[in-house]
Amino acid sequence: MMTSMTYRDALRKALDDAMTDDSSIVVIGEEVGRYGGAYGVTKDLIKIHGADRLIDTPISEPAIVGTAVGAAMTGLRPVAELMYIDFLGMTMDQLANQAAKIRYMFGGQIGVPMVLRTQGGTGRSAGAQHSQSLEAWVMHTPGLRLAMPATVADAYHLLRQSLTKPDPVVFIEHKALYTRKEEIDLDADPLPWGKAAVRRQGDDLVIVTYSRQVFYALEAADALARKGIEATVIDLRTLNPLDFDTVREHVERVGKAMVVSEGVMTSGVAAELAARISEECFDFLEQPVLRVAGEDIPISVSQELESGSVPSARMIADVAARMMA
Amino acid sequence: MDAPVNTNLLELYRTMRRIRTFEERVGELFVRGQSAGSMLHLSIGEESSAAGVCAAMKPQDTFTTHHRGHGIFLARGADPKRMMAEIGGKETGYCRGKGGSMHIADMALGHLGANAIVGGGIPAVIGAGLSSRHLKQDSVSIAFFGDGAMQQGILYESMNMASLWNLPVLFVCINNQYGMGTRIDQATRNTAFDQRAKAFGLNGAVVDGLDVEEVQAAARWLVDEARAGKPGFLSVEVYRFFGHARMDKSPYREEAEELEGRKKDPVLFARNKLIDTGIEEERILDELDKAIAAEMDATIDFAVESKAPPLGSMFKDVYAAGEPEPESVRARIDRVLARDDA
Repeated sequence: MMTSMTYRDALRKALDDAMTDDSSIVVIGEEVGRYGGAYGVTKDLIKIHGADRLIDTPISEPAIVGTAVGAAMTGLRPVAELMYIDFLGMTMDQLANQAAKIRYMFGGQIGVPMVLRTQGGTGRSAGAQHSQSLEAWVMHTPGLRLAMPATVADAYHLLRQSLTKPDPVVFIEHKALYTRKEEIDLDADPLPWGKAAVRRQGDDLVIVTYSRQVFYALEAADALARKGIEATVIDLRTLNPLDFDTVREHVERVGKAMVVSEGVMTSGVAAELAARISEECFDFLEQPVLRVAGEDIPISVSQELESGSVPSARMIADVAARMMA
Repeated sequence: MDAPVNTNLLELYRTMRRIRTFEERVGELFVRGQSAGSMLHLSIGEESSAAGVCAAMKPQDTFTTHHRGHGIFLARGADPKRMMAEIGGKETGYCRGKGGSMHIADMALGHLGANAIVGGGIPAVIGAGLSSRHLKQDSVSIAFFGDGAMQQGILYESMNMASLWNLPVLFVCINNQYGMGTRIDQATRNTAFDQRAKAFGLNGAVVDGLDVEEVQAAARWLVDEARAGKPGFLSVEVYRFFGHARMDKSPYREEAEELEGRKKDPVLFARNKLIDTGIEEERILDELDKAIAAEMDATIDFAVESKAPPLGSMFKDVYAAGEPEPESVRARIDRVLARDDA
């Protein structure tokens, strides 16, 4: 059955449904209970599942993540909420040294089945400490899975799937997508975990991206189509596991590739993907893989500077048109 | 009728002697070049903290430890052979050679892991406390750490949560007076650590680690209270007999101080108490010590004779079995170069 739903409501429904199905799931974080989440994702869940399962915490990000680690090792399936991904630096020991390494350090004795839900990205004039795209920090840490939904359907399904995984999943929402609405069919079979989605098919250029930039890439592709350029747009959905097979298949077919990421360019997700495409698809490439990524600068509060420092549909279309010239 | 024998103290002595002897053998493993690295932090002089607190725990209880945690794990019932093998980085070790001294763990004994990050293992007990209550496990979770961690912020975040949520949790500081080479009074102004815990609304106690029975008594009270929903804190005052790690010859402290500090020997104190109070004869204790020495000698042989983990195990257990595994760098390079050759 088709329903119209926002990204935020899909996330909320995923948590609600998962908590109904699995009594070991608890949500731990700042303002997740009575307040309903800074972006409203957990609104009223406390009324359904109770304060024992929607656990409001003090402002103690390291201990929130550490608590989730300990809970996950002893029988619960915690969802720790980090209000902004910018607070990741506060929690990095518990995430990168503890959660990510416990299964390995302990020789496979136990895993840490927790989900760290957070949100990132620009779009709300939130400034340098509330607007970053730090997925590269997570992707750079073996042991952590990383999901970054763009569509409303993925917001629901990737979160449900994350809540069945045996290893820690960092789940990064995009703050500019919460109010985005989509017609979705929740009864339809979801795409498998770890599989990229080809959102648009074209023979001239492959645009590899994820999260909000998927929509910018699709908008750019529409503009390019009006000029007779047909782009393939790949939404990676999860960065770990990374579905490089789908990327390879399309890059080899088309011969031109661009990687788009909101994160800063240097040592970023786009850098990793571009390097990998160059290594593995070299013989099929007609020109260098281009990275379209965030500028190597902090994010400003000024809307003009903020939007100017990350890729836009116009920038993607412009770069693509020049690649095709 | 004979007077009741204090088997408790005898048992605590046995635990402490096993720890002392084990740690001495760890040193030997290093000297013989058979330890995996030199990151070996011995708990000689601190045995009463491990023996006394672990004697107050129940089988369902869980705990995390720090980088100086061999004694705690042994007191909890670990197999010293598998411990020594892990310290040697061998396949027969508790973590198949991947963890070593500072990341040893055993879920069967409720050991949620040693930690090489000072304070890193502390918040896990908050999570374990939540699990205990949510899943009705009736367990207490104990975080063991050194006085160095008393200056880490994560401890206070965790104390606050434990108190706020009335969790079955206990924080145990083994105050051996040194964080690496920095004496505690060079690291903080107020060393009355129980005051900090009490400020958060926790039960708090400081106990002299010389007498293991006093440690045990304090731990019993705090563990029982924690199980009933009143979390607590215990500082056990001891002296770190030797350097921070094996390579450390303690240039930052005077020999006179060390000699004085080593007089505070909980193993010797318990031994003398057993003899002086007539609980056990010296001759019998000598026999016991000899048997423990033989047991611990065998741990070295076991570790030395055990195999290193197979190279292929390197990619195992990054993620759960059946989940996508990392592809090796070599395999990726080989694949790319093979294509060029074709």
